[in-house]
Amino acid sequence: MLYLDHAATTPMRPEAWAAMERVRGTYGNPSGVHEISRAAKNELENAREGAAGLLGAGRPSEIVFTAGGSEADNLAVIGTALAGGRPAHVVISAVEHKAVLESARFVERMGGRVSIVPVDSSGAVDPAQVGAAVEDDTALVSIMLANNETGALQPVEEIVAAVDAANPATLVHTDAVQAFISESVDVGIFGVDLLSLAAHKFGGPKGVGLLYVRDGVRLEPVVHGGSQEMGRRAGTQNPMGAAGMVAAMEATIADRPSFHRRVAAARDAFEQQLAAAIPDLRVNGPADRLVQHSHLGFPGQSSETLLIRFDQAGLAAAAGSACQSGAVEVSHVLAAMGMSERHAAESVRFSFGWTSQPEDADLAAKIVIEEQRS
Amino acid sequence: MKVVVAMSGGVDSSVAAALMVEEGHEVVGVTLKQWEDVDGNLPTAGCCTVGDAEDARRVSAQLDIPYYVLDYVDEFRAAVVEPFGMSYLAGRTPNPCVECNRTVRFNALLERTADLGADMLATGHYARIGQDGDGYHLRKGVDPGKDQSYVLHMLTQAQLAQIQLPVGELTKPAVREHAARLGLRTAGKPDSQEICFVGDGNYRDFLADHFPETARPGPIVDMAGAVVGTHPGTAGFTIGQRRGLGVALQEPKYVVDIDSETSTIVIGDRHDLLAAGCVVDDVSFVSGRLPAGGAVEVKVRYRSRPVPARLSPDGDQWLVVFDDPQPAVAPGQAAVFYRGDEVLGGGTIERSIQ
Repeated sequence: MLYLDHAATTPMRPEAWAAMERVRGTYGNPSGVHEISRAAKNELENAREGAAGLLGAGRPSEIVFTAGGSEADNLAVIGTALAGGRPAHVVISAVEHKAVLESARFVERMGGRVSIVPVDSSGAVDPAQVGAAVEDDTALVSIMLANNETGALQPVEEIVAAVDAANPATLVHTDAVQAFISESVDVGIFGVDLLSLAAHKFGGPKGVGLLYVRDGVRLEPVVHGGSQEMGRRAGTQNPMGAAGMVAAMEATIADRPSFHRRVAAARDAFEQQLAAAIPDLRVNGPADRLVQHSHLGFPGQSSETLLIRFDQAGLAAAAGSACQSGAVEVSHVLAAMGMSERHAAESVRFSFGWTSQPEDADLAAKIVIEEQRS
Repeated sequence: MKVVVAMSGGVDSSVAAALMVEEGHEVVGVTLKQWEDVDGNLPTAGCCTVGDAEDARRVSAQLDIPYYVLDYVDEFRAAVVEPFGMSYLAGRTPNPCVECNRTVRFNALLERTADLGADMLATGHYARIGQDGDGYHLRKGVDPGKDQSYVLHMLTQAQLAQIQLPVGELTKPAVREHAARLGLRTAGKPDSQEICFVGDGNYRDFLADHFPETARPGPIVDMAGAVVGTHPGTAGFTIGQRRGLGVALQEPKYVVDIDSETSTIVIGDRHDLLAAGCVVDDVSFVSGRLPAGGAVEVKVRYRSRPVPARLSPDGDQWLVVFDDPQPAVAPGQAAVFYRGDEVLGGGTIERSIQ
């Protein structure tokens, strides 16, 4: 099976396996007082320091480990919107991941307000429009670093500047879940107050994520209970997962320049071969997009049928976002870009990853060209 | 041969898939997403739920076949659910399973089967397909209590050539035994009884929710025209219905007529229900040819027995005259023509003849 669905999840890196193997005997609950617990706590805090350093965070205490990217997004949006005692105003873009979008809807149901900033037809957010949406009581602006479907990169630094100009008290969160594997991420350079990561998107284990929370930011927990994670996330901590995640972060950062070269060459060769063979093939998304994403529209073809044909031919790809039943549904991202329902239903996402080989492009293009002729 | 199996998550289609695998075919399991709750997800109660799709997925994994959910919500709404409501609104009694088979299952899905590079579409219906020098024949399933040939009467030669009905050769107990022998999780799953999109709910509630225009109250009158009660809307009443009339009377009364124009329900005695025959519209014949001779047996409801009748053309329509008058002949239901086990064809009852 040729795997071009790395944006959904990607294989674990050997460095992550090794780190988790290293802590296999460290079974203690980090919250205890005895030696067994201390050993586990030590692993966890090593991971926290590692993550803080790799993200350019000032202090390890700014890293909150979570059970994944969606939880990190929930904590960022709900946690800041509800921290002030009464639900506040939140600004998001129309192409945010459902974890942000639905958290914002939840804030709305709790009595808060939500403003949704539109995107242009390429899926890009205009920082000026974000700034214009910020009001006196805006607690948070949440704009993703890169879109999980099209790979569209958002100008996070400019957005931070626009928000600061509009209301210096407003916090900025960015969901960097999809971008981290290929884009350099530094909270200091971005100037964001909160940032989400999910380990499994860049070669770490599933079920582990983190939220960077700038020192001084007040957060209402989403998971209530014990005082773990500085009181911001209850639940017994996961030293093994944290160790695996941080090892994957290190490996990802070390691999990025090479990843860029390898994947760009493969993705571009793939798209060139398809464009040459398929008249009117559409490339969705802006020029400034993640190097690993190829979101394509096949005129007159149903993506639902294409995905099954690709699967049967040994190529794994994706479309829209899978719903509860597994049927393919037209995504809110493509709709927000003003794409017609028909064009959206003709679109397939191919995503390359750290295990992709240069020759994958040729084989994938061959399968796609063959299978889209029906 | 490559076979797509339509899997509902029930035991019949699970065994249909298993039988296709056992015959050595390359099998692909699919579930049709036909209906969704307002949140866009599959319903969580009734039939065609998330749990049903999950059962189909798990059975497919056990059979080691690929499995997909296909989105037919738009087609199903347009071809089945909307006409269902419109038909009730017109005072008729629709059969949504027939419309689903006609438009979605054995039309859109059959086309998809070819798109997916498969040769055949298999379903878990209890009916049999045979072939001889005359072409394909559609026959009743082996289990008389489970026969579903009634809802397949619209199938054509071209369609039958691409369809497999593997459980039609088995009785229901044999199907369950087969599932149990394979350890399929659906072996003991209860049969679904309801109209899939109505789910557990009462279909009058469904109509009230989805077709509020059907809530047009009116009188219930007896055969003499005297008003004996009122009703909340004619939709949901069907010819021959005895229960739920909402009027207290000395002896059992039945719905004998529904006038949607005036929103009037007419009730009468059992003998008032009797019809000498019916006019049938949209008739098709399985063989593609008109049957020789007019003597047939006709089934006017899914759950009724075939009765002897004579069939004759009447312009674009067909006239059915029963040998003996029959009760509860409801416009909108299918009239299906049989000779013995064989389905000759059928159509939609346009009106009964007194």
